[in-house]
Amino acid sequence: MKLTKVLLAAAAATTLSTAAVAGTLDDVRGKGFVQCGVSQGLAGFSNPDEQGNWTGIDVDVCRAVAAAVLGDAGKVKFTPLSAKERFTALQSGEVDVLSRNTTWTLVRDSALGLNFAGVNYYDGQGFMVRKDLGVKSALELDGASVCVNIGTTTELNLSDYFRANSMKFNPVVFEKADEVVAAYDSGRCDVYTTDQSGLAAQRIKLKEPNAHMILPEVISKEPLGPVVRHGDDKWLDTVKWTLYAMVEAEELGVTSKNVDQMKGSSSPNVRRLLGVEGDGGKNLGLSVDWAYNVVKQVGNYGESFERHVGVKTSLGLERGQNALWKDGGLQYAMPVR
Amino acid sequence: MAVETKIAVAPAKPPVWNDPRYRALFFQVLVLGGVVLLGAYLVSNTMANLERQGIASGFGFLETTAGFSISQTLVEYSEESSYGRAFLVGLLNTMLVSIIGIFFATILGFIIGVARLSRNWLISNLAAVYIEILRNIPLLLQIFFWYFAVLRNVPSPKNSHSLFDSFFLNIRGLYSPAPVFEAGFWLILVALVAGIVGVVVLARWARVRQERTGERFPVFFTSLGILIGLPLLAAIVTGFPLSWNYPELKGFNFVGGMVVIPELVALALALSTYTASFIAEIVRAGITAVSHGQTEAAYSLGLRAGPTLRLVVIPQALRVIIPPLTSQYLNLMKNSSLAAAIAYPDIVLVFAGTVLMQTGQAVEIISITMAVYLTLSLLISAFMNWYNKKMALVER
Repeated sequence: MKLTKVLLAAAAATTLSTAAVAGTLDDVRGKGFVQCGVSQGLAGFSNPDEQGNWTGIDVDVCRAVAAAVLGDAGKVKFTPLSAKERFTALQSGEVDVLSRNTTWTLVRDSALGLNFAGVNYYDGQGFMVRKDLGVKSALELDGASVCVNIGTTTELNLSDYFRANSMKFNPVVFEKADEVVAAYDSGRCDVYTTDQSGLAAQRIKLKEPNAHMILPEVISKEPLGPVVRHGDDKWLDTVKWTLYAMVEAEELGVTSKNVDQMKGSSSPNVRRLLGVEGDGGKNLGLSVDWAYNVVKQVGNYGESFERHVGVKTSLGLERGQNALWKDGGLQYAMPVR
Repeated sequence: MAVETKIAVAPAKPPVWNDPRYRALFFQVLVLGGVVLLGAYLVSNTMANLERQGIASGFGFLETTAGFSISQTLVEYSEESSYGRAFLVGLLNTMLVSIIGIFFATILGFIIGVARLSRNWLISNLAAVYIEILRNIPLLLQIFFWYFAVLRNVPSPKNSHSLFDSFFLNIRGLYSPAPVFEAGFWLILVALVAGIVGVVVLARWARVRQERTGERFPVFFTSLGILIGLPLLAAIVTGFPLSWNYPELKGFNFVGGMVVIPELVALALALSTYTASFIAEIVRAGITAVSHGQTEAAYSLGLRAGPTLRLVVIPQALRVIIPPLTSQYLNLMKNSSLAAAIAYPDIVLVFAGTVLMQTGQAVEIISITMAVYLTLSLLISAFMNWYNKKMALVER
């Protein structure tokens, strides 16, 4: 008798647990903040400043999502994740969006049950060596010891590159980026490899940044972007269009400073973006002024870029591939209409 | 027993639901059923959720090409090998560091444990300081200490410390010549095996003879002679079919020879010195547990301090030492998973790290990894239980 009851209860629990899955958008509205997965500290992308505030272009994506959904860019909670932990944290629902310099690949998009919402930084993998080694090209690295971070596309690209050029190397694989840098700095490895932007960011942390150089070869494509769970289209749309809104704002010349005047603009594109015309916000399930909030509180894509990684920052990165499409770059927003 | 049976078949038989035996059985079945159902529910729920989120599942990934490389491989492995092969590499690396750690922890632990009991004030207090410092600092910090503080001070490959131009120590590891086996080497191996068998037979014979006649036979030196002499003879006959492959500096690193990577050294050092501090306390407890009367009895028979310790105290102390020693071995083996922090390619770093990331199949990979540690632990326990039985008091 009891056994039947237990059986029934178990069966009921199974059906309930599979059916009771609310959308992330509603969840976020319910709890009143966006839980965002970021790195454990990568200058320019996601890094806590002296006051403990998270800053960087990846952090700006999270703030923009909060601005679009909740109307307040401050309503974000950050979860620092290692490269190894990040996907599990997203899959298990610990974070709502993962904005952690993550490369968009087929396996991650399919087998890992994730969806990429776009690309906020086009990157490529490079190598850093000590200048006194006298190495001028990555093709001279045969037999070198290479420090690398675990759980990254970097680890695989590295093997591929050396294999393709029939060279040998000794991998030294660490779990935390800081340990990789420390090991490289102490001479355990000849070479440190990660994305070019990462090399620029980590070089600042070395004992003598000027004793190191980044080799010219870019050995892979690393499109970095925010990630959400597979099967939650509404939330995917929210993050995707938030990112597009930032790029579109730059293209239309809308900045955090002039956004209020721009509301009175006669350009239909600007009026649609800022919610003066049309019901883009309603269709996304957001407020009318969702994109206005994003631009007003976070800024457009170019502002975010220059603020955190641009030539005036310690990273000193050129726009390059990350310029707008009309300037010869790859950043291209789908039409907001 | 007989009385109970009589009651059970007594005419005033209680109803089934009041019979304590049936009751006990009923509740046991109920609990077991509950546990099985819970397990089934967890499995089906996990499967359903993985399916719903579109996350791949199953064990097919083990045959997929791995595509990454590993710094220390005890078996043949390349980027073209499968994930299953990478698993094997990680497993063997875990076993290697565990065995090295257990070996040195035992030796060090016994020495310090005995030293702790020494009547010499300095020795006993040095041992006490060692124990208190090492067992009270978290192991992870000790691993970092060895790896980042100590082993970072060795020179770069170009300024290596060298010994006879064949051994080199630098920040990339300890390089030594590697033996190259040529044709005919098998004869030496055969000779060695024959020698070991011979020594075992000899030892048995000598013991039986001593028990029968009281005459002693110099087993140790004869064995040494057999173990060295036989392979040497075989080597002379085959003309020394063994050459050495010396490491030499080529480009960035030393090429050829054998290398012990600093990650292995740091991890083995940290694990053995840490566990040794616990083993020392266990050994001390074991020796103290042997009543002082045993020592006095041995002295009164004319045995000196050394043989008293070796022949009377330690064999009895071992019975107290072995069970807690087993736990320390298990701890050491499981602690070796901290390897991931310093880039030693053990099973956690390689399999539950890189492979997990490349495939994203957390449930399968973590299950396999847990099963590995469980199996290794049970194997160590089984071996130590066997040894414990062997050492137990045999009454004649």
